[in-house]
Amino acid sequence: MKKIILRKNAYYDSVFLMLATQALKQAPGVREAVVAMGTEVNLALLREIGLLAGEGESARPNDLVIAVDALSGEAAEEACRIAEEILKRKRHGKGEEEYRPVSLDGALRVFPEANLAVISVPGRYAGREARKALNRGLHVMIFSDHVAVEEEVELKDLALDKGLLMMGPDCGTAILNGKPLCFANGVRRGPIGLVAASGSGLQEVCCCIDRMGGGISQAIGTGGRDLQDRRVRGRMMLMGIEALKRDPETRVMVVLSKPPAEEVAAMVLARLEQTGKPCVVHFLGRKPSASGGSIRFSANMEEAAAMAVALSKGEEYREISRSFSNAKMATVAEAEVQNMTSEQKYVRGLFAGGTLAIEALALFEQEGFKVLSNVRKEPGLALRSPHRSEGHTIVDMGDDVFTLGRPHPMIDPSLREERMAREAADPGTALLLLDVVLGYGAHEDPCGPLGETVASAKTAVAGRGGYLSVIASITGTERDFQNIAEQKKKLEAAGCLVLPSNYQAALMALHVIRKANTRWT
Amino acid sequence: MDVKKINELFKKELKVINLGLDSFADNLRKEEVEVLAMDWKPPAGGNERLISLLDKL
Repeated sequence: MKKIILRKNAYYDSVFLMLATQALKQAPGVREAVVAMGTEVNLALLREIGLLAGEGESARPNDLVIAVDALSGEAAEEACRIAEEILKRKRHGKGEEEYRPVSLDGALRVFPEANLAVISVPGRYAGREARKALNRGLHVMIFSDHVAVEEEVELKDLALDKGLLMMGPDCGTAILNGKPLCFANGVRRGPIGLVAASGSGLQEVCCCIDRMGGGISQAIGTGGRDLQDRRVRGRMMLMGIEALKRDPETRVMVVLSKPPAEEVAAMVLARLEQTGKPCVVHFLGRKPSASGGSIRFSANMEEAAAMAVALSKGEEYREISRSFSNAKMATVAEAEVQNMTSEQKYVRGLFAGGTLAIEALALFEQEGFKVLSNVRKEPGLALRSPHRSEGHTIVDMGDDVFTLGRPHPMIDPSLREERMAREAADPGTALLLLDVVLGYGAHEDPCGPLGETVASAKTAVAGRGGYLSVIASITGTERDFQNIAEQKKKLEAAGCLVLPSNYQAALMALHVIRKANTRWT
Repeated sequence: MDVKKINELFKKELKVINLGLDSFADNLRKEEVEVLAMDWKPPAGGNERLISLLDKL
């Protein structure tokens, strides 16, 4: 039984709609449910799954569509009642008295002292709003993705012209003046300033700095394309570096990027050399160059944090003292493979953070493993389908193909849970490598449901005479509201090995996979 | 490259106008940041032709 309801001129944000959809899907007797705005993409999606009919056909981007397919008429009615209830709560929860202007000019009339616009509207409108904000003298952070690169260049040029920050598009995180923006962690303040063209990477480095006793002055996000795309040419990275150079609170700088375009990387390094401040550089997927002058290159993100903390304390950097030494990792790996079958050979990395996936992938590749991934576009290295693992596989589950019409895995763990069950059903899977990201924006208890999935995946593999190794790291701090110690306990109780950083988790996984591939030969 | 305004921002309290996800505004309030959340809707009801006309005006 299908039921479709249309609400004219009722706009809700995408995270809310995704959570409402999830709630409806869990209602009794519901086969499929969608709560979405009537955009072209959403209507096409609804049509494809047979949930577009009647008045739903006439929906516009400002109209809300509630579509339910249930086992009975009563179940469909009940689901729609639940949806109305959720929508009503949302309207009233905001408080009737709160004034919510509908335009930027209206907002500035009542709040003229505003200095930053945080924009997370759908990508096709984000540039338009950002342009208005910059023209009115506001610094801007665009969280939204799906903004054309040409528009990004134009916005960043406008920002440069006006001397304003233009973080993003697709800037997931930043920490300004100690305040976490969008997806960000609670960190100590201190003398380390960061500029990063990588969201989860910036979170990982900030959390490692905090764990090592360091502190952060500013953490500026530029959006992932800033160094990667030759057209953007590091515009915001260069501006961020200049601002940190002139910031008296910043004594040490860290620059981080997804694999950069060669000439853009060279330009950034040249600029860093002129700052006169000690800098740590980590370009993902590139072998570190020899450190020289004021620039030090790190081999991984945790090391970038360690180098920066040492520099900030005026100490010479020495190799990170790891709680899991190589010898201990070898011993643990030996124990992990003990009960595996001879078929169990492959690592399956399922990541919520794109840069965290790249870091793990780079480590396995450096050690001579062929790993397929949706992060790779080259033939022979790209997965034929991101939904199906082959051999050693590392997947960025925050990729667009997974998140179209679904919440990001940092918000909703269910997508990854389904995939974990499928990996566990594959007799070739030896190990699941996972990341967990805490902080604002992320799920309130990610390791609760994840722990349960780990436990049932392990039980499934044990049931057919094997053993499933599960290794994870948690990107978070003691200041995050999810309570990192409690989160860690939940994973460990499920039999998951939890390492202190993404790099160490990948290294531990490497030890186990090596062992699993050599013990039968 | 003139970054004076950015360095000034580093010394000020953040005052944020939030366009889009309400949860971002809620989180900033928990950090005691002053936020004004807009009741953002797609312009011109999401009609692309009207939007481009509006932009020209």
